[in-house]
Amino acid sequence: MRELLSGNEAVARGAYEAGVALAASYPGTPSTEILETLAERFPSIYSQWSPNEKVAFEVGIGASIGGGRALVTMKHVGLNVAADPFMTFTYTGVNGGFVIVSCDDPEMHSSQNEQDNRFFARFGQIPFLEPSDSQEAKDMLITAYEMSELFDTPVMLRMVTRISHSKGIVELGETVHGPDKRFVKDPSKYVMIPSNARKRHVVVDQRLEKLARFAEETRFNTVELNGSRIGIITGGVAYQYAKEIAPDLDYLKLGMGYPLPMRKIEQFVNGHERVFVIEELEPFYEDQIKAVGLKVEGKRYFGRLGELSPFRVAQGLKETGVLDRVETPTISVDEMFPRPPVLCPGCPHRGAFMALKKLGVAVTGDIGCYTLGVMEPLNALDTCICMGASIGNAIGMEKVKGSEKGTVAVIGDSTFVHSGITGLLDAVYNKSNVTVIILDNRATAMTGGQQHPATGQTLMGEPTSRLNLVNLCKALGVESVRELDAYNYDAALHMISEEMQRPGPSVIITSRPCVLMPVRIMDEPYVVDLDLCTACSACFRISCPAIAASSETNKHGHPKAVIDETLCTGCTLCAQVCPPEAIILKSQYVKA
Amino acid sequence: MNDNSYDILIVGVGGQGVLLASEILSEAAMSAGFDVKKSEIHGMSQRGGVVSSHVRIAPKVYSPTIQEGQADILLSFEQAEGLRAITWLKKGGIAIVSRTTLIPAIVTSSRKYHYPLDAVAEMKKKLNRVIGVEADKIAGELGNPRLVNTILLGILSNYMSFDYDLWIETIKSKVKPKLVDINITAFKRGRDISLSAVKA
Ligand code: SF4
Ligand code: SF4
Ligand code: SF4
Repeated sequence: MRELLSGNEAVARGAYEAGVALAASYPGTPSTEILETLAERFPSIYSQWSPNEKVAFEVGIGASIGGGRALVTMKHVGLNVAADPFMTFTYTGVNGGFVIVSCDDPEMHSSQNEQDNRFFARFGQIPFLEPSDSQEAKDMLITAYEMSELFDTPVMLRMVTRISHSKGIVELGETVHGPDKRFVKDPSKYVMIPSNARKRHVVVDQRLEKLARFAEETRFNTVELNGSRIGIITGGVAYQYAKEIAPDLDYLKLGMGYPLPMRKIEQFVNGHERVFVIEELEPFYEDQIKAVGLKVEGKRYFGRLGELSPFRVAQGLKETGVLDRVETPTISVDEMFPRPPVLCPGCPHRGAFMALKKLGVAVTGDIGCYTLGVMEPLNALDTCICMGASIGNAIGMEKVKGSEKGTVAVIGDSTFVHSGITGLLDAVYNKSNVTVIILDNRATAMTGGQQHPATGQTLMGEPTSRLNLVNLCKALGVESVRELDAYNYDAALHMISEEMQRPGPSVIITSRPCVLMPVRIMDEPYVVDLDLCTACSACFRISCPAIAASSETNKHGHPKAVIDETLCTGCTLCAQVCPPEAIILKSQYVKA
Repeated sequence: MNDNSYDILIVGVGGQGVLLASEILSEAAMSAGFDVKKSEIHGMSQRGGVVSSHVRIAPKVYSPTIQEGQADILLSFEQAEGLRAITWLKKGGIAIVSRTTLIPAIVTSSRKYHYPLDAVAEMKKKLNRVIGVEADKIAGELGNPRLVNTILLGILSNYMSFDYDLWIETIKSKVKPKLVDINITAFKRGRDISLSAVKA
C-alpha cells in the first residue's frame, strides 16, 4: 500500500510500525502533527501532551527505563527546554528504545530563532539520523529504535520544516514488536550521582566509537557514483535540492549525520578533484571534515542563513564554477503591500492589547497568537524571547525601573502552564510590582487549538481535571487575582491601571475563549452606518480583519469604514471605540 | 511543461482552501502513477497570512519545492497574491487567477500601502497566458463561497493529462460526503469556463 504522507505523518506511521508504546510532546510548529496523527490514527499507542518539553522528555525517559519504546517530539527550541534531562539521559542510556524527534525551522517560518539542532546531538554525544523525504522519515524512525536498543543510547531524528510539512509517497509496512522488556533495577545505570556518572561517561565515550564504526556501514550513508570529478557531500533536504540541480555529480549522502563516517568521507574526498559540502544552516559537516585535514568547500558558496532552495544551490554551484549557467526568474513585480498574519476578527486578545497600547506601558510578551499583537497597527508588544519569558522579563525590567509608565507581562494559558508558573513564583518571592495578564483563551491556539492542563481534555480526547488558574495563582502567593472580560474596553483600561497601582505582583486573567477553537464563535455582526461615520479611522487602528475601507469618503477624502459581515464575530470592540457611535448591531440598523 | 511533468504553485490567503486544493491535486497525481511531492508552510499562515503550496509532479521528483522562475502553472485564489507570485512562473507559464479581492487590515489602516487596482490586468502586462475568473461570484451562485478552490481545480484540469474520472474520484475521497455533489458541480463549472477562456 502506498500513501501520500507528510514527513510528520510518516514519523507517526513509523512509530506505529516500530511498536512504540508511548509518545509525549508539547505542541510546536513544525512538529505538532506527529502526535496529532498518532492520537487520530494510531490510538493503540498511548500519546499525551505534556505541560512542556522537559516534562515530555522525562515521561519518555520513564517509559524507556520501564521497557517500552518511547517517542518524544518537539520543535527545535523545545529541546532547549528539555536540555537538562536530555544531557544526562545520554549518559544513562535506554532500556526500551528512545527516539527524540527534533523539528528545526530554517528560515523561521514560525519560530523566534533558526537554531541547528544537529549540534545538540553532538553536544549530547548521541547519533542522529536525518531524512530527506517522507519515506526516509518512516524508515529511519524504525531503524532509530533498533540503533537505540543496540547501542544503548537515545537517538535523535532530526527533521526540518520542509520535511515535516512536505508530502511524498510512502510505502506502508507491517507493525512489528520491539523486544519485550521490563524495568530492571540498576542504580549504577540510572542514578547519576557523580560516582556512577563518571563511569557512565566512559561508556558514552566507548559508545561513540562503536557508533562511528556503525556510521561507516549503515545503509543510510550512501555513495552514488556517476563518474564525475566533482563530489557533493550532503544530507537531509539539501540532498534533494542538489540532486534537482545537478543529478549527474557524485554524491555522498549522509542519512546518519553524527558521528560522521570519516573513513567513507576520506575515501570520497580523495577520489574526487573537488568536493563541496551542501548543508542547510551551520557548517556542521564542513567544519568536522576540515578538522581532520580533508579539503572540502561549502559555506562560502551556499551561505549559512535561512533555508536552502534549488535556486540557492544552483547559484552556489555556479559560483564554484561547476555549473555554467543558472535559470534565473525572468518575470518581476514591483514591491507590493505585505500580508502578515493578524489576530482573528473577535480574537479575545485584542481588547487587552488595545488597553495596554492606550496606557503606553512596557509590555513583555512571549510565544503564541498574542505575539501577533506586535504587528501594525496594534504595536502593543515590546519583547518576545521564548516560551514563558514574559514574566521574568517584566520582573527584571521593573526592578531597574526601565519603563516610566510601568511594566505588564502578557502570557497565554498554555504558555503559563508550560513555563510561566515559575516566573510568577519568582515575582511573588522577590516582591516584584509586576502585573501579569494571563490571556486565557482555553487553547494552545497558535498551533491549532491543542489541549493542555487548563482545558479539561487530554490529547486522546478524554475529559480530565481542569487546572484552576485563579486558585493556582493564589496558591503561589499572589494576593490580587482578578478576572477580566477583555471584550469590555473600559473595564480592561480600569482594571489594568488599578492593578498597576497596587504594590506587589497581581494577576489578571481574561475570560473569553478563542473564537476559532475548539468551537467557532459567531455572534450577531456589527455594521457601519455610513451617514454617521466620520472616517476618523479609530476602528481601523484596532486591526480587526473584518473592518475595511469602504469606497465612500469624507470631505478630506479619507475612507469611511465597512464591516465584512461574514467575518465579524460580534465582539463589540470596534463599536466601543467609535466616537460618533456609527458602528451598530446589524439588527438595530435601520437604513434612513 | 509536457504531459510528463508539472510544477504547480498554488497561492492564496489563509482560510481559502489552498491546502485542500493542493491535496486533491497531489492525490490525483499519485493515482495517475506519477511521483509527487507537495510542500507548504503551516503555522502563522492560518491567521490571514499568505499561504502557498508547491506541487511537483513527474516520473521522479527530488526537491519538494519548485525552483524560482520555473513553475509551469500558477493557481491563485486571490488576485493580488497571484500578482505577487508571478515571479515563480517560467517564461510561457500559465496563470489561473480568481478575481477575489481580499484587502488586509494593514493596507486599510495605514496610508503607506496600496492594493493594486486591477491585479489581473497587471499580470496580463507581464504574461501572455493569464486566465482571470470571477470564481468567487460563481461560488456564490452555487451557494457556497468556499467552492473557489474546486472551480479553479476544474480550470487547471484542462491543462493536465489526468482522466476526468480520476479527478472526480479524488474529489469524492477528499471532501466531506455531504459536500461531494456541490464540489463536483463546481469542478465542472471550472472545466467549462476554461475551455471558453482558452478560445477567447
Ligand atoms: S486563533 Fe484564537 S487566539 Fe489565535 S488569533 Fe485567532 S482568535 Fe485569537
Ligand atoms: S471609528 Fe466610527 S467614525 Fe471612525 S472610521 Fe470607524 S466607523 Fe467611522
Ligand atoms: S465587532 Fe468589530 S472588532 Fe469585533 S469582530 Fe466585528 S468588526 Fe471586528
